[in-house]
Amino acid sequence: MFEKVDSSLIKRLKKDKVTLTGIFILAILYLAILFAPFIAPYSQTYSDRELSYAPPSKVFTVTSDYKLSRPYTYKYIREFNPKTYSIEYKLDRTKKYYVNFFQKGEDYKLFGFIPCNIHLFEVDKGGEIFILGTDINGRDNFSRLLFGGQISLTIGFLALFISFPIGMLYGGISGYFGGVTDMLMMRFAEAIMSIPSFYLLIILAAVLPSGMSSVQRFTMITGILAFIGWAGFARVIRGMVLSIKEQEFVEASRSIGAGSFRIITKHILPQTLSYVIVAVTLSVPGYILAESGLSFLGLGIQQPDASWGNMLKEAQEYINILSRPWLLTPGFLIFIAVLSFNLVGDTIRDILDPKSKARQ
Amino acid sequence: MNIIAYSLKRTIEAIPLLILVSLISFSIIKLSPVDPLAELKLNPTITAQTLELEKQRLGLDLPFYQQYIHWGWNFLKGNLGVSTSGELVITRLAERIPNTLLLSFTTIFMTWIVGLPLGIYAALNWRKPVDRVLTVLSSVGMAIPSFFFALLLLVFAVKTGWFPVGGLTSVGFENFSLIHKILDVIHHLILPTTVLFTISLAGLQRQIRANLLDVLESDYVKMAKAKGLSENTVVYKHALRNAINPMVTLLGFEFASLLSGAALTEYVFQYPGLGRLVLEAVMKSDINLVMASLMIGSIMLVMGNLIADILLHIVDPRIGGN
Repeated sequence: MFEKVDSSLIKRLKKDKVTLTGIFILAILYLAILFAPFIAPYSQTYSDRELSYAPPSKVFTVTSDYKLSRPYTYKYIREFNPKTYSIEYKLDRTKKYYVNFFQKGEDYKLFGFIPCNIHLFEVDKGGEIFILGTDINGRDNFSRLLFGGQISLTIGFLALFISFPIGMLYGGISGYFGGVTDMLMMRFAEAIMSIPSFYLLIILAAVLPSGMSSVQRFTMITGILAFIGWAGFARVIRGMVLSIKEQEFVEASRSIGAGSFRIITKHILPQTLSYVIVAVTLSVPGYILAESGLSFLGLGIQQPDASWGNMLKEAQEYINILSRPWLLTPGFLIFIAVLSFNLVGDTIRDILDPKSKARQ
Repeated sequence: MNIIAYSLKRTIEAIPLLILVSLISFSIIKLSPVDPLAELKLNPTITAQTLELEKQRLGLDLPFYQQYIHWGWNFLKGNLGVSTSGELVITRLAERIPNTLLLSFTTIFMTWIVGLPLGIYAALNWRKPVDRVLTVLSSVGMAIPSFFFALLLLVFAVKTGWFPVGGLTSVGFENFSLIHKILDVIHHLILPTTVLFTISLAGLQRQIRANLLDVLESDYVKMAKAKGLSENTVVYKHALRNAINPMVTLLGFEFASLLSGAALTEYVFQYPGLGRLVLEAVMKSDINLVMASLMIGSIMLVMGNLIADILLHIVDPRIGGN
């Protein structure tokens, strides 16, 4: 039965150009964050304090006497403009720094364990290249986008891996046993759902003790995101279990003498799988948005670790956005990632959920 | 009579739910390592007497369950304690709740005014280019992070100078004439409403489209068509009414998600709403204020759902039966 679903799924996905684009974009994004330390010319903590809010480096391929050349860039020099009372950046045209591909640079560990120091691109020693400008601390925006993506694009999935099994089991137990158990369990789930989710999110995040390591913080934020999501999901599963448990195959396994836990996990819950797959794909964007919102407020992932949300924090002052539009790039990336997930999720729902078949 | 009995039953059912909510919120707050009086002690304008009262009100030296009962009883009496700013929590909440309701209702109103016709139009032009375009547009609307969109609009406001940058009222609002006051508030509401509207519009338009498509497939619509009724009569008299009924439940959901979703938008636009109040309270670890606004938020959410359910009961006679 599963093979059938799978082959029709792939066939349908191949036909749908919009969905294919979504999958393509997601593939690029995930490959980029997987190879982030290789693609990024700098580490996420590399900073040049002299160059805070430097605009994107200009890369030239045509020299001043109109000849084609290897791509090169100039260094920025910071100047104070006494007329406007502002810092301005000018190109120091005295020395060219060539862009080199597959060059040695800062050491890093690919996939977290392979020691390596080759980068996709680097400039000659002494020069710096910031293709998307720098932030307040003079850190490379492009590199931080890649490292931030590692957090922003994975935290949602991790939270799902916690909240969905819990939701399934909770809904399964509640629906299967029924009666008082069901009543109590559902009232608890409803109570969680009755607290406006964003309020709950920020309050839980604020309760976290300060001074945690970044790994601890990441884990806790994941846990909090998972805590918000499970209740609504458990309720739907419970509704499905109520009707599944009346079917004959459940009766049959009970008569063989299978225990309740076994019946719930082995016989009933697998029946909800197509709904679960749809719900998972449609939930990922919500988690990505929740994490970025939390970090945007300064309650999620903390500096110096990058996440798309906390990078946008600097764009909160509109003076910043007006003169430094490159600070908005994380917002566009969140938008693109969420949009792609939505498009792919919609298509998967149309295929796996027969009720909606008439609609697409 | 039936409606009244039903409403009463639902209201009574909501009470244990809210008690449970308060217990959960209370436990979460108690998990926090923050001393609830620490911030109050730092504020020199708060007298030692107020502090002592606060200590008694919270019953800080009592065991957990007694503290909870203490807090609950005070909450019912409307005694919500003092905020770290020295004001009463209840006055701060009273300032903010109407603003949040204003923003939510304007958004819901706008969403329905625009979303309903768009949903119908898409359903009637099913699978035609217009429908496809609307589907893609609604995907785009759903994918924009609210705070990011709010930031972009803020830049727009600063660049063009057409809209005020944040807040709800201009300087000197008290001295404006009534009409001027109303216009001023509307002027301030446009941008935050646009953000929330864009995000909730997409969901509503899709839902109406899907519901209407479902209803158009049903037997009684086919029957009505077979009788030779005109297309318009079939759609607007028979199909639409039944497609909209389930949407009434969505009103409750929409209100709930607005309460949550508005927080970030309020924060970016410096809009004096409940969401921003919670945020500020959380950041200043103003425990009294956090606890009270959490409860008020939940009560508003539960009431929103309750009203939606009762409305559904009124508009859909099929549900009234059981």
